[in-house]
Amino acid sequence: MTAAPLTILIDGLTYASWLFIVALGLTLVFGVLKILNIAHGSFYALGAYAAASFVGWAATMQWAPWLSLVAMLLAAVAVAAVVAPLTERGLLRFFYGRDEVLLVLVTYAMFLILEDVTKLVWGANPYYVSEPYALFGSVDVGRQTYVGYEFALVGLAVIVGLAVWWGLNRTRQGKIVLAVIHSPEVASSMGVNVSRVYMLAFSIGIFLAALGGAFTAPMISVQPGVSVGVIIVSFAVVIIGGLGSIEGAAIGALIVGLARSLAVHVMPVAELFSIYVVMAVVLMFRPEGLFQRVQARKI
Amino acid sequence: MATQSGSKQTKRHGAALRGVASAAALCAIGAMSSPAHAQETFKVGIVSFLSGQAAESFGIPAVNGAKVLVDAFNKGAAPAPYNKTGFGGMKIEAVYLDEAGGATKQVQELRNLYDREKVDAVVGYVSSGDCLAVAPVAEEMKRFLILYDCGTPRVFEDGKFNYVFRTAAHATMDNVALVRYLKAKNVKANTYNMINQDYAWGQDSKKDFTLSMEQLFPASKLGQDQLPKFGAGQYGTEISALMSSPADITHSSLWGGDLQAFILQAGPRGLFKRTQMMLSAGDHVLPGLGDKMPDGVILGARGAYGLMSPKSPLNDWWWDLYSKAYNVYPVQAPYRMAQALLGLKLVVEKATAANGGKKPSPEQLAAALKDMEWDSPAGKIKMALADGHQAIQDTAIGKTRYDAAKKMVMIDDIQRFPAECVNPPANMKSEEWIKAGFPGAKGCP
Repeated sequence: MTAAPLTILIDGLTYASWLFIVALGLTLVFGVLKILNIAHGSFYALGAYAAASFVGWAATMQWAPWLSLVAMLLAAVAVAAVVAPLTERGLLRFFYGRDEVLLVLVTYAMFLILEDVTKLVWGANPYYVSEPYALFGSVDVGRQTYVGYEFALVGLAVIVGLAVWWGLNRTRQGKIVLAVIHSPEVASSMGVNVSRVYMLAFSIGIFLAALGGAFTAPMISVQPGVSVGVIIVSFAVVIIGGLGSIEGAAIGALIVGLARSLAVHVMPVAELFSIYVVMAVVLMFRPEGLFQRVQARKI
Repeated sequence: MATQSGSKQTKRHGAALRGVASAAALCAIGAMSSPAHAQETFKVGIVSFLSGQAAESFGIPAVNGAKVLVDAFNKGAAPAPYNKTGFGGMKIEAVYLDEAGGATKQVQELRNLYDREKVDAVVGYVSSGDCLAVAPVAEEMKRFLILYDCGTPRVFEDGKFNYVFRTAAHATMDNVALVRYLKAKNVKANTYNMINQDYAWGQDSKKDFTLSMEQLFPASKLGQDQLPKFGAGQYGTEISALMSSPADITHSSLWGGDLQAFILQAGPRGLFKRTQMMLSAGDHVLPGLGDKMPDGVILGARGAYGLMSPKSPLNDWWWDLYSKAYNVYPVQAPYRMAQALLGLKLVVEKATAANGGKKPSPEQLAAALKDMEWDSPAGKIKMALADGHQAIQDTAIGKTRYDAAKKMVMIDDIQRFPAECVNPPANMKSEEWIKAGFPGAKGCP
């Protein structure tokens, strides 16, 4: 028996919202710093581990259950505050202006290092943070029962997307970031502190990855290896949407979520294929992705 | 070694003749009082996942098991017949290696273990892909290799080896036992769904389960056949699909983090109340999940392991040894490591005795392990298939129940299956055996 279209739509939407939060950070970092950050999945994992620790700490402090959501948010902030300066100032800035392939290799090295760092800090045993998962109760839709938390994630994705869009397009600081995206050299000559902008954008990118991990933690067992799966699908999202485009990340996540949902319900064997066939079709007609403007080559 | 270095010092001090004579005399006395190998070490390479997704569930628990066991062997603290110090007097030196990185890397690492580390034997490999890749390499190098965990039947059904052995049953047993459990317990199975990972393990598991269902429940109809990718983490859509096509039973060979995420997401959505869930390899998630594990799930451990292990003095000793060291009871992975190392211990001692007390060659080790049987904490291990290179063993299936007083998941309604009931005979491949209706199966309940 095939699922109702509404079920396919809800499943696609909830998957897309999770993916969007993570992919948004990835596309932001690429847009500003021109770095294809392989270590983005590691920051997602760090967010999940930090959420496990923070929620556990909140429980021992006997915080009200709903405050576990605040604990997860604080976990993502903490990861960004600690890890962003260490990695951006301590490592990445030495490679700015170098070949993009070299930067990919550097972030891949970071990914491997952070895999071991998480194991050194948190060990190999799994962590469970399932308490927040029950905070929103459950919702019956037709024959399906959904956990309310999954709908809350859709709301979180909308808030995060709007906040980043507003921050970039409606604030002075955001316009400075856009100027750096357009041309770091001109922005610098106009007195913009480009290093500071890089640091800011990278911190927000890490925060978004960690936020995705933190709010996914209640649905999974947090353990070594959680960083791998998310990064591959996130790349598909930003390639479909166009590297560096916020609107692209949103539409890309929706396309991937819905395509995957349709495949799982109608032809499960084509689950992965559905994502990459969409990506291939988009690249065939829009090699730069759906939302990235064609750029003139600088000579 | 100590004697050699002593004689060199004596030479440097100019009393060569007297020193050599003394050393020779000491050696002679030593030879009379203990075996010649008493000063030697036996070096074992132990390969399992120390990082990545299989580390938490399989690699690290297995390596932890190896560490306490090697330590107990070296102290001579294991019960008879495993009570000789080390391997027949030789001190065991273990070299631990991470299995992560893929088959190509493992092939190179195996060569390094034999050529650079000079190990005498290798015990390793969880991944079926790694087992398929390294077995021909050990054979080519003529070095002794024990595969302790991987499940694919193809290693010995499609290949023939002299130096390679597997000391655990292959995965066919797990799914045949699950279907036989349904029959033995008269569980309604008019319709069934499946959710398995989309790689060799998941595909093999679903094939064995489907073929066994066709034999024992020929009228049963397959509904959903979900194949999420390995490491998916998010199962919301798959759970919706399973709930859209309700079935009497739902089969899954998910394991590790994937299985834990699936249970955490499917439990609150009520899937476990709408279908009889069956997990072919799920025991290892029980200690961690605790009360998050739903009651009434039919579950296997890929052997009579952990909470389904048989009562015996050897099992009691092993259970205590592991539990005291790691504050958690042993599940399937350390059990399979234990049966491999216990077997290796007997093999080395048997081959050493046959070699006049000298350290045995790979050929002598292989000859000793072929067709051997030994007692393990999970029961008798018999090298009965693939010309004495592939083990069979008893297995057990049971049902989960959370015990609030003990704060742990218990397993009830345990049904044991003799090795000869759920493993193919020596002259048949697994798939042929199931399709032929399990000819020669003995002792089935």
